[in-house]
Amino acid sequence: MKLKNWKEVNPGAVITDAGNSREFKTGSWRSFKPVWIEENCIQCLFCWIYCPDMAIKVKDGKRAEFDYDFCKGCGLCALECPGKKGKKAIIMVEEGK
Amino acid sequence: MAKVVAVTGNEAVANALRQINPDVCAVYPITPQTEMMQRFASFVSDGKVRTELILVESEHSAMSSCVGASAAGGRVITATSSQGLALMWEILFIASGTRLPIVMPVVNRALSAPLNIHGDHSDAMGARDTGWIQLWSENGQEAYDNTIQAFRIAEHMDIRLPAIICMDGFIISHSIERLEYLDDQDVQAFVGEFKQVNPLLDIEHPVSYGPLILPDYYMEHRRAQAEVATKVAQVVLNVADDFAQLSGRKYGLFEKYRLDDAEIGLVILNSAAGTSKDVVDEFRDRGIKAGLFKPRLYRPFPYKEAGEALKHLKALCVLDRADCFGASFGPVFLDIATSLYPFQEKPILINKIYGLGGRDYLPGHAELVLNELMDVAQTGTVKSYKEYIGVRE
Repeated sequence: MKLKNWKEVNPGAVITDAGNSREFKTGSWRSFKPVWIEENCIQCLFCWIYCPDMAIKVKDGKRAEFDYDFCKGCGLCALECPGKKGKKAIIMVEEGK
Repeated sequence: MAKVVAVTGNEAVANALRQINPDVCAVYPITPQTEMMQRFASFVSDGKVRTELILVESEHSAMSSCVGASAAGGRVITATSSQGLALMWEILFIASGTRLPIVMPVVNRALSAPLNIHGDHSDAMGARDTGWIQLWSENGQEAYDNTIQAFRIAEHMDIRLPAIICMDGFIISHSIERLEYLDDQDVQAFVGEFKQVNPLLDIEHPVSYGPLILPDYYMEHRRAQAEVATKVAQVVLNVADDFAQLSGRKYGLFEKYRLDDAEIGLVILNSAAGTSKDVVDEFRDRGIKAGLFKPRLYRPFPYKEAGEALKHLKALCVLDRADCFGASFGPVFLDIATSLYPFQEKPILINKIYGLGGRDYLPGHAELVLNELMDVAQTGTVKSYKEYIGVRE
């Protein structure tokens, strides 16, 4: 995307196009990556509720993959995940390992 | 028809604000601004204006409320002095960077410590690089006139910047002077209807204010703001022309008093300019070519025009009612020296610090300075480039 010059930016940095955060991918900020272990998932959707960045996808009412374009790796989903019989369905793995 | 009245500077500005009838005023009282906002609060209570008056718990909150109300789409005012302006400091940058045309009379008062409630320019000088427009006023009439013009300047579609109107605490704010009020409907017609730009309350066109701007765009926004500053002077002159047609009172970027053929001159802001003009007249009566330069648009400072107006002098003294500790010279001196820097031929410059914390500035002080300037002009030598005057040594 070509960056705008100073004559083209909106006065006062006001954002006039709603919902444009979709264009600004923040996944590269992550240092820990959540990994979904489907066999331990009870489909409670707590991860979907707690995710501050709407980075948990849901398809047909069921938990789907992470949206790694926007997941910043905060780890809230892994913390909240109740898992199955003491085994977490989301674990955090260091990026690059 | 103009109405002639005898009022304090505070009362005059409060009356200008009543005539403009803004949408929102968020304010916190502080001496010597209190009387102005007390009077404005009465206008609200008496139904003379339809302004939403927000009584907040501090000046930081006052300016924050103004930012919100202005972004929401209202014509917004507040007023303050001294510590109050200092407490607003963080939000002043947000108001200007967000391009919100808030109008704020500042009744100039010294800063603590030591605590002092009287007039000097330390407060507004501390805000001079915040991106706000600053108009300075010699007397109650100028404060009234500048307040009315400030709305047109701040709200101009090429500008959209907040504006401060300065007047000296107590000396002007609490002294009764003869001045002329314009008719309410003339003031209303002059300032016109407030035009909103990207108002938050327009829910059909949702917008976001105050985003995080990272290194990839921050500099472009700052560069754009610097460009806006260059357009202010012309707008100030155009608005002054319209105002002259309405009132008969002519304003510019600055006032030149007997300056064009002068050899020695004073640069001085606000009320002390009045005192100094009398002394300039006395020197002229004695055949000495003295003159005076009184800045009006102090921010953005019209460097080019100021330099052109002053370059022909032999010796020039800038009198500052505030000091820049550690910068060697007072704030106005620094701007005047910068204005003259590009010229080969320019006056010898000296700087005097006067009147801090409401210390009287008397005709004798102007006389001493002008006598010293005559010496400097004649001999070309300077005893001291910067000095406090009216202080016990």
